[in-house]
Amino acid sequence: MRLWRSPAARTGASVAIATGLYGVSFGALGVTSGLDFWQTQALSLLLFSGGSQFAFIGVLAGGGTPGAALGSAALLGIRNAVYGMQLNALIRPTGWLRLGAAHVTIDESMATTSAQRDPDEQRRAFWVTGIGIFLLWNAFTALGSLLGTAIGDPKTWGLDGAAVAAFLALLWPRLKGREPAAIAVACAVATVLVVPFVPPGIPVLVAALVAAVWGLAGAGPAHEGLEPDVEPPHRAGEGRMP
Amino acid sequence: MITWLYVLVAGGVAFLTKLVGYLVPATLLKRRRMTRVAGTLTIGLLASLTMINTLANGQQLAFDSRIGSLAVALLALLLRAPFLVVVLLGAAVAALLRLAGLP
Repeated sequence: MRLWRSPAARTGASVAIATGLYGVSFGALGVTSGLDFWQTQALSLLLFSGGSQFAFIGVLAGGGTPGAALGSAALLGIRNAVYGMQLNALIRPTGWLRLGAAHVTIDESMATTSAQRDPDEQRRAFWVTGIGIFLLWNAFTALGSLLGTAIGDPKTWGLDGAAVAAFLALLWPRLKGREPAAIAVACAVATVLVVPFVPPGIPVLVAALVAAVWGLAGAGPAHEGLEPDVEPPHRAGEGRMP
Repeated sequence: MITWLYVLVAGGVAFLTKLVGYLVPATLLKRRRMTRVAGTLTIGLLASLTMINTLANGQQLAFDSRIGSLAVALLALLLRAPFLVVVLLGAAVAALLRLAGLP
């Protein structure tokens, strides 16, 4: 079957475009958080996981140490290990392909793959989404970094407000139901309460502790919080959009 | 230079985390607790980062134009605006409020 006639590949391509585009906001915020052009680009090339990348620069922008930035990014990346287990069972990559598959294991490739039933379609969805996002995300990160470097004082342009909006938008698709919303509120409150008392970067880790304890003690569904930043279009079509 | 070190280590840790998923035996999949904690961590960290970026200024709480960005972003998300539109609105609101003289 030709790739462009595969519905899974087309879904993957549209998710890749939608996700890749917002790399522009990561690039712009990256260079205004104190990283230089290449450090920002290295995060997109090597770390390659939207939430973790935003966490890294978000902690730095708030005055946190690089160590705290690393800690937040690493904790936020744990869900990718869960995706890896599930994708390994679906895609079954072997040899070196396994390394490539691991690198493009992110929210969106997991979402588009698991939305398919046919094993061949699952493979197409995975690789088209993963590689497509990798290429576009990196290209748009570079574009955003150049724009961010060019504009002078980031506050005049409201870039700190853009970061606020970006984090809320990353959180938003994961708040389906009462329990995830309660977790979000608890962690938000914990964060605000500890900010005046601990060094920058630590409040995020305090919130992580609250969330982990809640996850271990609570009895909610297992897949809470594991939603993609950008929903696959046909999934979004199931009753959520006209 | 030290920042470079952390950037590279963060990249390495992220890749190894993903790779671990491909290497552990499939029986671990059935331990739903790990899946659940990964999910609650994601929610908690993103909620925390939202608040940090809205209210924190170093080790102090600051109430400034960023609150306007949060409110408008929330409204845009309720109206199902796409990610990039939400981000642009967040920037525009903070920029306009500052232009109007707010901190």
